[in-house]
Amino acid sequence: MNQEQPVALVTGAGRGIGKAVALAFAEAGYTVAVNYGRSAEAAAEVVGAIVAGGGVARAFGADVADPAQVDSLFTEVLAWSGQRLDVLVNNAGITRDGLALRLTNEAWDEVIDTNLKGAFLCARSAVKPMMKRRSGCILNMSSVVGLDGQAGQANYAASKAGLVGLTMALAKELGSRNIRVNAIAPGFIVSDMTEALDQAVRDALLQRLPLSRFGDPAEVADLCVFLATRAPYVTGQVIRVDGGLHL
Amino acid sequence: MSETGTVSGQELFERIRAIVVEKLGVTADVVTLEASFQEDLGADSLDTVELVMAVEEAFDLQIPDEAAEGLTTVAAVVSYVEANKA
Repeated sequence: MNQEQPVALVTGAGRGIGKAVALAFAEAGYTVAVNYGRSAEAAAEVVGAIVAGGGVARAFGADVADPAQVDSLFTEVLAWSGQRLDVLVNNAGITRDGLALRLTNEAWDEVIDTNLKGAFLCARSAVKPMMKRRSGCILNMSSVVGLDGQAGQANYAASKAGLVGLTMALAKELGSRNIRVNAIAPGFIVSDMTEALDQAVRDALLQRLPLSRFGDPAEVADLCVFLATRAPYVTGQVIRVDGGLHL
Repeated sequence: MSETGTVSGQELFERIRAIVVEKLGVTADVVTLEASFQEDLGADSLDTVELVMAVEEAFDLQIPDEAAEGLTTVAAVVSYVEANKA
């Protein structure tokens, strides 16, 4: 492998925002490790698209909530990349929505384990090769829901708020090693989920958005690439990509 | 503290000194047995973690956190590795 080329690992990169992030880093000249939990076919398609465009990518299956699988993931990715990792994007996430009164212990644990613990496990493993190179960028995919809350998503909101705290702590711990850590908080981004909303709900949401439209996954991905490549003095930030939803 | 005047003890010290020099960016002459990583060699807490990880890698050891906390001087690391290496 050409070690001159920077390397990015994107978790949960088979679909949605993660897929757009993987494609954007490939476009920016990165070698991309495309992690997936269950979406093996989708991840293979992402890799296929990158390779067809002249890029370098490979799919790596691993459930980020499982410490043993995260260990194997990093062993495999680093062996493949020549022990180099420039960017980690902690994007893998799930929802198990329900009003807090009815939220099961399992629904709480599953969401926290994947969205928050998974990000910590991956960051812990990523820091080793980054410290050796005295350079690195970790991006945590939070959510506006982690900043503002959302009825029916206590578990998801808590996990996404947890990512903000993780981001700040890591940014402080690792700054002296030139490892920057930032969080991104997308709002309503076009996805299977927003497509499934009925028209009345869509209209109501769009009325609240100053930009009057849902975001495109590529618009989140472009910010990720910017933070990794053009923002060497930015660390410990949470950046909303929400079309002005919070205004 | 362990005996480091023996050939193997001296070799061990030299290997550990090389790791310390590389990790902390100091010159070999200041890495004496008595030197404290934080007080004498300018290491911060992250440096000492890196140092412990490098020693683990070099000697194929797993150093538990409780033991790692006590490894504040070059001599402590030499003794620990001598007592625990395979």
